Amino acid sequence: MAVNKIFRSFDEAVADVFNGATIMLGGFGSFGGLPINLIAALAKQGAKNLTIIANMGGVGLELSSRIKPGGYQDHGILFENGQVKKFIGSVPALGGMPPTSPIEKLFNEGKVEIETVPQGTMAERIRCGAGGLGGFYTRVGVGTVVAKGKETKVINGKEYLLELPLFADFALIKAHKADALGNLVYRKTARCFNPIMAMAAKVTIAEVDQVVPVGQLDPEVIVTPHVYVHRIIEVPR
Amino acid sequence: MKDRLDEQTIALRAAREFTDGSVVNLGYGMPGLCANFIPESRTIFFQSENGMLGYGNLASDAEKDYEMINASDQPVTPLPGMCFFDSGISFDMIRGGHIDVVVLGAYQVSEKGDLANWGRPGRPATGMGGGMDLAAGAKKVIVMMLHTTKEGEPRIVKNCTYPLTARQCVSLIITDLAVIEVTAKSLILKEIAPGWTVPEVQGLTEAKLIPATDLKEIEL
Repeated sequence: MAVNKIFRSFDEAVADVFNGATIMLGGFGSFGGLPINLIAALAKQGAKNLTIIANMGGVGLELSSRIKPGGYQDHGILFENGQVKKFIGSVPALGGMPPTSPIEKLFNEGKVEIETVPQGTMAERIRCGAGGLGGFYTRVGVGTVVAKGKETKVINGKEYLLELPLFADFALIKAHKADALGNLVYRKTARCFNPIMAMAAKVTIAEVDQVVPVGQLDPEVIVTPHVYVHRIIEVPR
Repeated sequence: MKDRLDEQTIALRAAREFTDGSVVNLGYGMPGLCANFIPESRTIFFQSENGMLGYGNLASDAEKDYEMINASDQPVTPLPGMCFFDSGISFDMIRGGHIDVVVLGAYQVSEKGDLANWGRPGRPATGMGGGMDLAAGAKKVIVMMLHTTKEGEPRIVKNCTYPLTARQCVSLIITDLAVIEVTAKSLILKEIAPGWTVPEVQGLTEAKLIPATDLKEIEL
């Protein structure tokens, strides 16, 4: 194989993330589908002024036990570390939780910028970025704060908003299995934003439960073709 | 103080709106309870915005798989025929009109059917999640909520003062006091909680309610 995509350490896999980079984080935002090992490595690596694109803003270790017994580490740590300049997502903070998540505390102190995007609009903006499209018109958000400052167009008698694509320098994603080329399959709802983010970044780094030899994944069920995946790292069992 | 319906009972009433074979999305929080009240004679396909169609009940502790969660972060059980897909396809399904019914919680609903369900004063960092997509794309939007706030303020109002989710999207409101249909002209009071009168319910509602000609007690 011409290029070896397999990395042996999470630290190495994120070593070249630079200050000011835009980073997509896969999953739904809580557990299941979030690349927690790559996030932990990025927290250690320390790159600053990051723009984070993720469905949720992360709750941090302290609040996470309210969602899952024993809690879990999410990207709240990137906010705690002061590494994030801007967040783009659909649920920066959960309304049903106390206002003490790292992102909400920083936002209330004026230390982080937030762009709140309806979840489906975010997914489609990512797909536009992935597919080389300049944007799309949607009915979602018409007549709400989301419409502020956006171009509108009447199509078939209904008002639509213009939404623009999202790209990233790096996508950190979680998949179930990769082959050595980087073809990916996912597991259950841990799929979520991972496949579309994988396609919208210059460098896509996948942490996976298992790396298998080329030829072992059924070509009919591969979700992410290997051309989109640049680095693969297996989570130690 | 008179008794109001509890959350389980509101969910039971809301679940009666799901017809056999329909695709239903349950929003964050209280609407999730509706999944517990599906009669065995009916097949409902529950869609979850994080990329799942046709899931079963909430998982018991022994069954919990944290890679199979609904949009409220609760592990659920599998059913034959269920499928998984990415967030892009999930919202194509939602925006494209393939969801028959969505049940959403709300802070306020206006007399025109405007919905405010994601932002409230003092919490500027919370977000709408998939609520705007669901409100704009589902064939039928049912709101399930308490009739008044903790402080006793009406939630069914002339104009929403909280940030809007979508305009003129709600078709039915089910509360702990009433079932109200939203029409182009007015709010029709269709059903009323046991022991309550029309003036009493109107007194807790800012918008004008028109009692239906066949107004009845909520059937449970």
